[in-house]
Amino acid sequence: MLVLIVGAGRVGSAVARTALAAGHEVSVLDEDPLSHERLDKDQSETWEDAGGRFTVGTALEIDALVEAGIEDADVFIASTDGDNTNLVIAQIAQRRFSVAKVVVRVMDPRRAAWYAEQGLETICPTQKAIEMFEQAVQA
Amino acid sequence: MYVIVVGAGKVGWNLARELIEKGNEVTLIESDRRRYLVVAEELEHCIQYGDATELWVLERAGIARADLVIAVTGDDEDNILICQVAKEKYLCERIIARVNNPRNLQHFRLLGIEPAVSATDLILRLIEHEVPKYGLVHLLNLPGEQLEIIEMEVAPGAPAAGRRLADIELPDGSLIISVLRGGSGFVPKSDSVVEAGDEVLLVLDPGLEPEITPLFIGSGTLA
Repeated sequence: MLVLIVGAGRVGSAVARTALAAGHEVSVLDEDPLSHERLDKDQSETWEDAGGRFTVGTALEIDALVEAGIEDADVFIASTDGDNTNLVIAQIAQRRFSVAKVVVRVMDPRRAAWYAEQGLETICPTQKAIEMFEQAVQA
Repeated sequence: MYVIVVGAGKVGWNLARELIEKGNEVTLIESDRRRYLVVAEELEHCIQYGDATELWVLERAGIARADLVIAVTGDDEDNILICQVAKEKYLCERIIARVNNPRNLQHFRLLGIEPAVSATDLILRLIEHEVPKYGLVHLLNLPGEQLEIIEMEVAPGAPAAGRRLADIELPDGSLIISVLRGGSGFVPKSDSVVEAGDEVLLVLDPGLEPEITPLFIGSGTLA
């Protein structure tokens, strides 16, 4: 199974390493070449030696998405630091490349909820934080 | 008409000003505080501060009753999403989006964000119009209908020059709809003869230009 992760920040890089360790084929796309360091940090071997793929490119460029393997991807994870970028590329993955499973991070709870209604699998860290704070206050 | 314009850059500010002068009710939305303050000096209550990709900002601006939403920020993703929620969540009937990077135009189309206006594209079209290559001018593009109308000048010695319409071997999906000669035009019949110096108007399926242009350019005019 090929997992394509766009945006290798703290979340994206951690998910990438877990997926690779679980035996999946993992490809990471990020516009910042330095984000590669996050994948290598505290690891005994480099990301590529461990079998991972890394592409430098902008998520909205179709060429970059294709180079990163979107045409063969089974799972697409949109985890850049921009909600709007994530929502656009997730829809591209879904509608243009028909990726079977598309998961998108959206910080804004209301839009996460609305896009979820439209058929996107959204993850909203802000909403999770709200719920945990609410529980903490009630406890 | 009530119009919401998102992005108070040069385009948005001038658009808002023109729309107000034409008697429309306008709300301009700007997410940069300093820019907002500058523009508010002139537009006062017609500009609101906020990030229009957040739903509550659009709601505060009264999106439910907007007749038209125009997204002209410098960020294509923002313009796509603002128009997408305006159209699909708030059922706004008319949207217009600005495309900053012409390569992103395909994403606007994929997500149904139309019309999408790209300045680069418009200027390229103008260049084509002002500096026609082989005398070919695009008069009208209807991508939704899959039709184009072009105008071409018939060069001396071109394969089509001096031939009856019926004898000009046009590719399927194209048709000569009008001939302009000496300042006036006529709709040709199959036995009308096309002469060098005529301007012909053709309707065609997009992309047929490379097959059509050789019929109307002289062998010596190919650059």
